[in-house]
Amino acid sequence: MTALQSPPEPAGTTEPSSSSRRTKRRATALAPRDKLILGLMLGIPALVHIALVWVPAFGSVVLSFSSWDGIGGFEDIEWVGFQNYVDIFTRYPRFWPAFQHNLIWLLFLLVIPTVAGLLLAVLLDRQLRFGRLYQSALYLPMVLSLALVGFIWQLIYQPEQGLLNNVLGTASTDPVNWLGDPDINLYAVLVAAGWRHTGYIMLLYLAGLKSVDPALKEAAALDGANAWQTFFRVTFPVLKPVNVVVLVVTVIEGLRAFDIVYVINKGRNGLELLSVLVTDNIIGESSRIGWGSALAVILLLIALGVIIPRLFQVFREEGRS
Amino acid sequence: MTSFSASPHPLMGRRALLKAIIAGAGIAAVPGLAACGSDSGGTATDTVSFGNNLSDQVPKDAITAVINAFQSESGLKVAINTKQHEQYQEQINNYLQGKPDDVLAWFAGYRMRFFAEKGLTGDLSEVWSKVSGGYEPALKEASTASDGKQYLIPFTQYPWGVFYRKSVWQQRGYAVPKTLDELVGLSTKMQADGLVPIAFAQKQGWPGMGTFDQLNFRINGYQFHVDLMAGKEDWQSPKVKEVFDTWKRLLPFHQENALGREWQEAAQSLQQGKAGMFLLGSFVAQQFKADEREDLDFFPYPEINPEHGQDTVEAPIDGYMMSKKPANAAGAAKLLEYLSTPAAQATYLKSDPTAVATSNKADTSGYNSLQKKAAQVIKEAAHITQFLDRDTDPRFASDAATNGLNAFIQNPDDIDSILKGMADQAKTIFTE
Repeated sequence: MTALQSPPEPAGTTEPSSSSRRTKRRATALAPRDKLILGLMLGIPALVHIALVWVPAFGSVVLSFSSWDGIGGFEDIEWVGFQNYVDIFTRYPRFWPAFQHNLIWLLFLLVIPTVAGLLLAVLLDRQLRFGRLYQSALYLPMVLSLALVGFIWQLIYQPEQGLLNNVLGTASTDPVNWLGDPDINLYAVLVAAGWRHTGYIMLLYLAGLKSVDPALKEAAALDGANAWQTFFRVTFPVLKPVNVVVLVVTVIEGLRAFDIVYVINKGRNGLELLSVLVTDNIIGESSRIGWGSALAVILLLIALGVIIPRLFQVFREEGRS
Repeated sequence: MTSFSASPHPLMGRRALLKAIIAGAGIAAVPGLAACGSDSGGTATDTVSFGNNLSDQVPKDAITAVINAFQSESGLKVAINTKQHEQYQEQINNYLQGKPDDVLAWFAGYRMRFFAEKGLTGDLSEVWSKVSGGYEPALKEASTASDGKQYLIPFTQYPWGVFYRKSVWQQRGYAVPKTLDELVGLSTKMQADGLVPIAFAQKQGWPGMGTFDQLNFRINGYQFHVDLMAGKEDWQSPKVKEVFDTWKRLLPFHQENALGREWQEAAQSLQQGKAGMFLLGSFVAQQFKADEREDLDFFPYPEINPEHGQDTVEAPIDGYMMSKKPANAAGAAKLLEYLSTPAAQATYLKSDPTAVATSNKADTSGYNSLQKKAAQVIKEAAHITQFLDRDTDPRFASDAATNGLNAFIQNPDDIDSILKGMADQAKTIFTE
């Protein structure tokens, strides 16, 4: 990445010569056999990646400009330009709620589980007694699939027999319908998703904290910094690369959320998410491939819109330093 | 440190790759699974493959009994390929485009015509020329696509109506309502007696369509139902608005929190005598024990508009289609012919006495009282509809209609904006 940010070659050396010079330098370092192996090791995964990730993604983008029911060959596809997008934005009543829910989901995951995960990581980094036990217990939800998490929390949220209403003592009098009430069910589900996500974030930060050089903290302490200052001025800035990982992981996690709401009520009635709309339109008896693809492209753009500026910023700063 | 910042890339790549592989495998598995069924006997000409969507134990045993009877009668072998009922419907598109079974279960109505017109199922005119004597003209019409050919062999049929327990009604002295006002009066009385007047469940997304259909063709008539479902009428028209206004008037008599309840639970509240009535198909009897079924009765939805009276009954037809290129065409035709016989239908109904035969030669003497009533109601009806999700484009039914009805049940005061949303979506879907 630093190479990308390096200043242009001084005038006089043209582009081809600069690259040939570079190859020459590399060629002396690598024997032809090594080059072949390196080429294969990079080339094969790259081809697989392109074939399985970029070709389908590009296919989705192309199909999003079509109207197609998924039956027959390419000759049956009717091209409609931006019509799908226009209709989705103006005529599809489920779109804006789903869009809003996705943003709430993303924001929630970025704030609550991230802060909680960081806090837990800092606490566990202090070599507590039974630290490993806490660590495993807190990480355990991450091992479960979101579908299973959805099931577990359904038991907790059940109006009459569920744990929560019984603990609150409202089960017999006026049970709150946690998952059935469209005004609160999104937040109820977010608690469940956050419960699972916190352990993941905690583990990422814990790994980052372990790699922080203790000498830095010592130096800060010698300079008279208190615990808060040490953390915010020294430790946290060193954790910056972890923050990028956490951000990327959280954005992915937030936008691909699907199974938990699908298990609960098929993503209807207050739990609409863009991923659910994509599934509803593409899978099933009624295929609207073009429409569903357009929704998927919108989802992709949101993900890229959040991640790319952040990555650019981080790498630019790294290139500068 | 830099190694850490570089690590997400291979990780992301691997995860995305895994996801792609899994997604790919999932898509490939759909036709792949179907292929298992048909390939196993594809080489031998004495085997017919049979795609079955009756996955619940009782109906599954019933259809197996029918197939066994066919095997011993014809000498052909049948490979049954059963899929979970809802999954079967969700996968039908891929299933038909992959390697479908020779004979496969499906429904009459727009849903049948849609796939027939796409050329995904086989022409059954020849089989029909042999069996048409056993069906009323209405059933033949329901099996015919717009090209005038038949694509479905009707098997069984069940009416929708308002179900109630005779014992509960006798005890409290309720009478069958003939008009909407009588229905409202009866509901008010039930409420005063501490009953939930109308059991209601919409978690699965389709039972509410039944209520909409009944109100719609009682208020606006059969032809309006057909045109509305075909996208020829406007969902924002005053006629549709009146349907929802009427429903809104009745909604306080419906069981609360319907969106969180499955029809089976609503049926149990009827069975336990907590609810007075339940509008559903006669399969509601599956939630009743055999000895309680005699206590179950139903009446066609009350009259609302005297112009239409009670002339329409919703009685969906389940039947069988043939795949586009069956591995064993002769055997498939034989099996379909057999499925049209009164004997085959009677064998099935013996184990699942909640539906009625579609053959007009069927022996009705073995019917229980509910089946007799069902057969009579269907016979007397001037018009027969299938069901909202069987009479309209599946793209409209599964998303716009389901979510529109859910939104209405959630916020009955938002009728105008909900209908605008449905109308807009109908316009895009039916012009696509």
